[in-house]
Amino acid sequence: MKLPVYLSLLVESERTLARGYRQVAQAHGDEPDVHFLCLTLAGQCETHVRMLQPSLDRYGTGDAGDEPERLHADGLDEAREGPLGLLRDLQDLYLLASLVDVTWNMIKQVAQALPDRALLKVVTDCDKQTGVQLRWLLGRMKQAAPQVLIAVK
Amino acid sequence: MTREQSDRVKDVWGSRSPFDRGGQWDVRVDVALAEGLSEADVDGWVRSACVLCSNGCGCDIAVKDGRMVGIRGRADDAVNRGRLGPKGLYASWQGMSAPDRLTTPLIRAGDDLVPASWDDAMDRIVQRSRALLEETGPLSHAFYTSGQLFIEEYYALAVVGKAGVGTPHMDGNTRLCTATAASSLKESFGADGQPACYDDIDECDALFLYGHNMAATQTVLWSRVLDRLEGPRPPRLVVVDPRETPVARRADVHLPVRPGTNLALMLALVREVLENGWTDDDFIAAHTIGVDELRAHASEWTPERAADVCGVDARDIRKAARLFGTAERPLSTVLQGVYQSSQATASACQVNNLHLLRGKIGHPGAGLLQMNGQPTAQNNRECGADGDLPGFRNWENGEHIAELAELWGVDPLKIPHWADPTHAMQLFRFAEQGSIRFLWISATNPAVSLPQLARIRDMLASDGLFLVVQDLYLTETAELADVVLPAAGWGEKTGTFTNAERTVHLSEKAVDPPGEARPDLDIFLDYAQRMDFRRDDGSPLLEWTGPEDAYRAWQECSRGRPCDYTGISYDDLRRESGIRWPRRAGESRSTDRLYADGVFSSRADYCETFGHDLLTGAAVGAEAFKALRPDGRALLKSAPYAGPHEPPDDEYPLRFTTGRSVFHFHTRTKTGRTPELVEAAPSVWVELAASDAAARDLANGDVVEVRSRRGRIVAPVRLTDIAPGTVFAPFHYGYWDAPEGAEQRHPTAANELTITEWDAVSKQPVFKTAAVQVVRAGGVS
Repeated sequence: MKLPVYLSLLVESERTLARGYRQVAQAHGDEPDVHFLCLTLAGQCETHVRMLQPSLDRYGTGDAGDEPERLHADGLDEAREGPLGLLRDLQDLYLLASLVDVTWNMIKQVAQALPDRALLKVVTDCDKQTGVQLRWLLGRMKQAAPQVLIAVK
Repeated sequence: MTREQSDRVKDVWGSRSPFDRGGQWDVRVDVALAEGLSEADVDGWVRSACVLCSNGCGCDIAVKDGRMVGIRGRADDAVNRGRLGPKGLYASWQGMSAPDRLTTPLIRAGDDLVPASWDDAMDRIVQRSRALLEETGPLSHAFYTSGQLFIEEYYALAVVGKAGVGTPHMDGNTRLCTATAASSLKESFGADGQPACYDDIDECDALFLYGHNMAATQTVLWSRVLDRLEGPRPPRLVVVDPRETPVARRADVHLPVRPGTNLALMLALVREVLENGWTDDDFIAAHTIGVDELRAHASEWTPERAADVCGVDARDIRKAARLFGTAERPLSTVLQGVYQSSQATASACQVNNLHLLRGKIGHPGAGLLQMNGQPTAQNNRECGADGDLPGFRNWENGEHIAELAELWGVDPLKIPHWADPTHAMQLFRFAEQGSIRFLWISATNPAVSLPQLARIRDMLASDGLFLVVQDLYLTETAELADVVLPAAGWGEKTGTFTNAERTVHLSEKAVDPPGEARPDLDIFLDYAQRMDFRRDDGSPLLEWTGPEDAYRAWQECSRGRPCDYTGISYDDLRRESGIRWPRRAGESRSTDRLYADGVFSSRADYCETFGHDLLTGAAVGAEAFKALRPDGRALLKSAPYAGPHEPPDDEYPLRFTTGRSVFHFHTRTKTGRTPELVEAAPSVWVELAASDAAARDLANGDVVEVRSRRGRIVAPVRLTDIAPGTVFAPFHYGYWDAPEGAEQRHPTAANELTITEWDAVSKQPVFKTAAVQVVRAGGVS
């Protein structure tokens, strides 16, 4: 059974995303909406990890060398600066959040097929928040992109 | 009917005329005239309404020898029945005629502003505007307006900005006062529009004031409440405010909540209503969606938990909830204590939710007023000079954009609608970063009213920014401008505006403006003409010759929308003192209350927004909204409590909050030039609880320095019954009448201290939650 591998993938992805949010919050402190919201969203990711713990305890974690480990996305190396840097950073966060989102979806499939009601409940609560994170990131980028790509010197 | 020419400074709310529930509020005509004049000396009286708060009191302007010499409340106006407050009585006319009015355009020459002709000033503006449009395009331009102009002027500005220039960067200082009122109405009901009206004060049996010091912000409305409180069958009164305000002193239950914690209290009230079965389950089933989610959000907020977070007594929360839950006709009002604090929209929406859960909306005495701060804020929201689209249209609805494109004769792509419009704080951020390089500010004073003033001053003064300021006087903002345009104001031009409960008034020109000052409408039309903005068919974009043309165009724009003005003409407004929208063509009565039938504005093709997630501000989007199938039902929206982002700590242990004096408006542009009001409230002060003062060895009157991470102010201390741990300062006191360099040597503007942060949904800045320290001036921390 490879569910543990995917649970590990999910936990690692949430952790990577949380780190990314904190890096972006740190680097773009002059954009207060980005700063404060990224800190809030980092907290959400960390809560997701805690909520997955009972399932990790139950199914165990995947082997370190197992195949899906290669799927792990690298986090942000270093947050960028300025308006263009902010746009790119948000785009990186969007990619990381997308990986989290699609992984939740796969876990949801498994939770239904097993079935595992406790895990299904966790999926429902958490993936909804990930969906909102994606919408916020997209909205913030849509607002910023024309200004950055046309009007910034 | 009584007539009063009493001292409205000493006797702010005037004499009492108590009345019973459902009774008629008596007429009391308040008059003020220049020294030595009596009503018989006046040449003529000209119809208007007061623009010194959002109440919109009907009045007549006294004219003698071509000058405004006084004011009288209109007995036939349902808003005030003749009454006027201290600002209206003294400042509305005297504030227009101080000797330092701007009478000619000014242009920058090095460090100086020097007089210029209108042609020279407008040429300078048009040259820069054209050059930037050519070089960079419309995203280099921004317009920042007011809550003080008229419908005609906002609509002209909206068309100029959106269909002429084509920029999404348009907002007003309404963002600072009323954005959350609009947002909460949109999120809950699908569109802006005040559900209740002031008659509900007469009809209610319980009144809830959330962060609303009505005694200071709308003095005439508070007179009406006082007359109910002193009559037979008075309403029970619940007040949420960290300060022991005049309103709080009359309350049956006062909840002195810690600044920044409103949402916790609100969720506890929601929980109590749900837990105690005070709900109207049939109404909820038929007319709302989202009750299960609301229940889940509220479930953890027991009165004890909220009491702990908010610093109030759990028993008082229960008492307040019971008063709401058992009232037949509860009326709620909400203002800046909610709107300018953390999680503003989420908190304001809980007031809507409380009424929806009990089905208490749209009926006499049972309803809610998400109040406005400024007299014409409502019109900025309606006309779309503030980042909304005209006629409460929806940015994400292609049909709505097409309607505007047709009205204006331009390609839909000319009208920026690719994302939420740029809100004020983002607009100023773009200016700070140098991507907005042309900023036109009309009738407002961000150099005193925005948060973190040191930053704002630097931004406005920067070389890369071409700043146009249009105002009555040389404000702190105007002093930083490249071009200053002298505007005509109240009583010097004709136009319409709408108060916080949808009542529309006509304000007629009474006198000529001083010198070369011109109405804001004429200035915007002049810019459009000089820029040669045209419709796609080649005709001029704006062919209006005066305010009535502009008003007719606005009526057409409002047709079929929630704020339908097609049945309210200038002539109607000359016959009737105050008409409530919507009034459609062919109708002859005001609409007193919205949603009496439980049908809300949430139909997907009609609504003003598809809504947002209240924690993050993420857009819900068309598909998800349609999948909810609101179809005229209200949305019970909420968010988890997150708490203030700058809580007190060891270094900055106190919570700072700002507000108003009853004697001043905004940055004192008019009230600071009015002798009675200057004498009543000459300078800044800081309010502190006795225990916090004692801990710092401070006594009443001692001069202190209040410091935040962003700046400091220096002011004398007033010991009051404010909640311990909280510090208050009024925000009016900038520097136009202070000695040179006061910003550095003796700062007095409360916004030196406030944080640059805003609500995730309404984007309203958080003026009422910041961490500060207080030390004796000259001392060390």
